[in-house]
Amino acid sequence: MMGLACENLHLTLRGRPVLNGISAVLQPGKVTVILGANGAGKSTLLSCLAGLRAPDAGRVTLDATALSAIPSRDRAKRIGLLPQKAEIHWDIDVRALVGLGRIPHHGRWGEGEADRAAITDAMSATDIAHLASRKAQRLSGGEQARALLARALAGQPEWLLADEPLANLDPAHQLDALSRLSACAQAGMGVVLVLHDLTHAARIADQVLLLKDGAVLADGSAEAVLTADILGEAFGISVHIGQSVDGSRFIVPAAKCV
Amino acid sequence: MKLSLSLLLALILAMALALLAGPIWIAPDQWLAGDLPSLIITELRLPRVCLGAIVGAALGMAGAAMQGYLRNPLADPGLFGISACAALGAVASMFFGMAAWWLLPAFALTGAMLGMGALALLAGRSGSLILFTLAGVVLSSLAGSGTALLISLAPTPFASSEIITWLMGALTDRSWRDVGIALPLSLFGMVLLLVAARSLDALTLGEAAARSLGVDMRRLSLLMVVGTGLCVGSTVAVAGIIGFVGLVVPHLLRPWAGHRPSALLLPSALGGALLVVLADMMVRLLPTAAELRLGIAMSVLGTPFFLALLLRMRRELA
Repeated sequence: MMGLACENLHLTLRGRPVLNGISAVLQPGKVTVILGANGAGKSTLLSCLAGLRAPDAGRVTLDATALSAIPSRDRAKRIGLLPQKAEIHWDIDVRALVGLGRIPHHGRWGEGEADRAAITDAMSATDIAHLASRKAQRLSGGEQARALLARALAGQPEWLLADEPLANLDPAHQLDALSRLSACAQAGMGVVLVLHDLTHAARIADQVLLLKDGAVLADGSAEAVLTADILGEAFGISVHIGQSVDGSRFIVPAAKCV
Repeated sequence: MKLSLSLLLALILAMALALLAGPIWIAPDQWLAGDLPSLIITELRLPRVCLGAIVGAALGMAGAAMQGYLRNPLADPGLFGISACAALGAVASMFFGMAAWWLLPAFALTGAMLGMGALALLAGRSGSLILFTLAGVVLSSLAGSGTALLISLAPTPFASSEIITWLMGALTDRSWRDVGIALPLSLFGMVLLLVAARSLDALTLGEAAARSLGVDMRRLSLLMVVGTGLCVGSTVAVAGIIGFVGLVVPHLLRPWAGHRPSALLLPSALGGALLVVLADMMVRLLPTAAELRLGIAMSVLGTPFFLALLLRMRRELA
C-alpha cells in the first residue's frame, strides 16, 4: 500500500490509553489534517507517524514497509517533522539553521554541493533568502516560522509532518503558512498537519482525520467530516457553518453543548 | 578551519615559550645539549607542557560537548560535579593504597562516567536549565561529601594532607608516564565526542526535531557519557581537579565558530590546551615561595568570568 498508513495503533502512556486502535491511510501529494479535542491523541499519533514513538501494538507503514524496519537515517530523509515546540538553542544564523535540515543527507565530510543547492531552494521557497545571515533567535515570529519550515523543506522529505504549525502566528502569517504548506502538497509532498482552527482545516484539508479519545471518529474529505453533527460529537460544541464569497466554508464554534 | 589553524599556531608558540620559561630560563640551543639544561627540558618541562596541553584539550572539548549536549552555555565538567566524581573515584583508589598504577586512572574514569551518566539521566533529556543546575549541585555535593568522608577516614594525617594537596590540581613533577596514561585515554574520549558532533548540531532544534533528523538519542548519550568520562577522568587522574577550562574556553570561542556546537569542538580543545599551557607557565613564573597550584589559579581566574557570565544572563532574562 502506497502512502503513510497506520494499522490498529494502540499506545498507553503512564497508565492512560492514548491511542485506542487507530487505522488510517494518508495520501502523498495531499494535505491531511488531524483534528480532535485536547488529549484526543493528535500529537501522539503524529509522533508515531514520524517514527519517534513506537506503538504498543499495531504498526505504521511507509509505502508498505514497516516504519520500524527503516533505518533512522533513511526515515529522516523521507519524513520531515516540525515539532509543536519550536526550539532554537544557539545563536546560529538562518543559513545554518536551514542547513540543519540536511543532516541526514550529509556525507562523511559534511555539507556537499547537493546540500547547498537544497538549502538555497528551501530558503527561496519560503522567502527568507534575504535573512540568511540574520540570527535565527532574533527573527520575528512569522520569520522564524518560515525559517523553521525551510529547515524541514531543506531535507527534501517525501512527507512533512507539522504539529500545530500555526500556533503563535498572527492571522496574516497563518494564511501565509497554510498557502506554503499546500504548495508543498501540490509539489507532491505528503503534508500532515495537526490543527485546532476548524476554518483553516476546512480550507486546506484534502483529508480530515478526526480523533476522539484516541480513536478515529471520522476520516474523509473536509466536506464529509466537518459537519455540525460530527464536530458536536468530537468537541462537545455547536458550530455555525457558513460559506464565504470565494466558496470556501468557515466554521465558527458557537456554544458548548450541555 | 581558519580558527583552528590560528589556535594551533598559537598553541605551538605557547608550548615553545613554556619550554623556555621557568625559574631557570633555557634557550632553545641548549635544549638538546645533553647536560643539565637538556635534562630539565626532556624530563621535567616537556612532559609537563605536553601534559598541560592534553589536559587543557580534553577539558576544553569536554566542556564544549557538554554544553552542546545539554543545550546550556553554563555546562562545565568542573562546575557540575563530573570532575568531583572523578576525584572521588581517584581518592577512593588512594584509600586502597594504590596497589597498581592503573588503579587510580581506572577509578577516576569510572567516577567521571558515573557522574556524567547520572547528570544525563537526571537532566539531559529535558534540556531544562533549572533541572540541570540542581542535578549538578546534587552531584557536586554528593561527590564532595564522599571525598571529605574518605579524607577524614584516612589512616594517617600525612595521607589526608597528601590527598588534599592532590585534589587541588597541578602539573608539578609529572613524568612521561603520566603523559602515557592521559594521552591515549583522552584522545579516545575526544574522538568519541567528535563522532557525536553532527548529533550535537541537530540538538540545536531540541530533542524531538533532532530525533526526526535521525539522531539516536541513546547512542548520543552513550557517546557523551563515555567521551566526557574518558576526557575528564583521565585529566583528573594525572592532574587533579582543574576547573573552568571547559566553561571559559567554549564560551569565548563560540562567536567565532558561528555558534554551531560541532564547529566548536576542535577549537575548544586547542583553546583549552593553550589556556592551560599559559596558565601553568604563569604559576611557574610567579615569585611565590611555594608554587601556586594550577587548579587554584584556574579557579581564581575562572570565578570572576563565571560571575560576569551570570550577570549577563540575568540582564538577558530580565
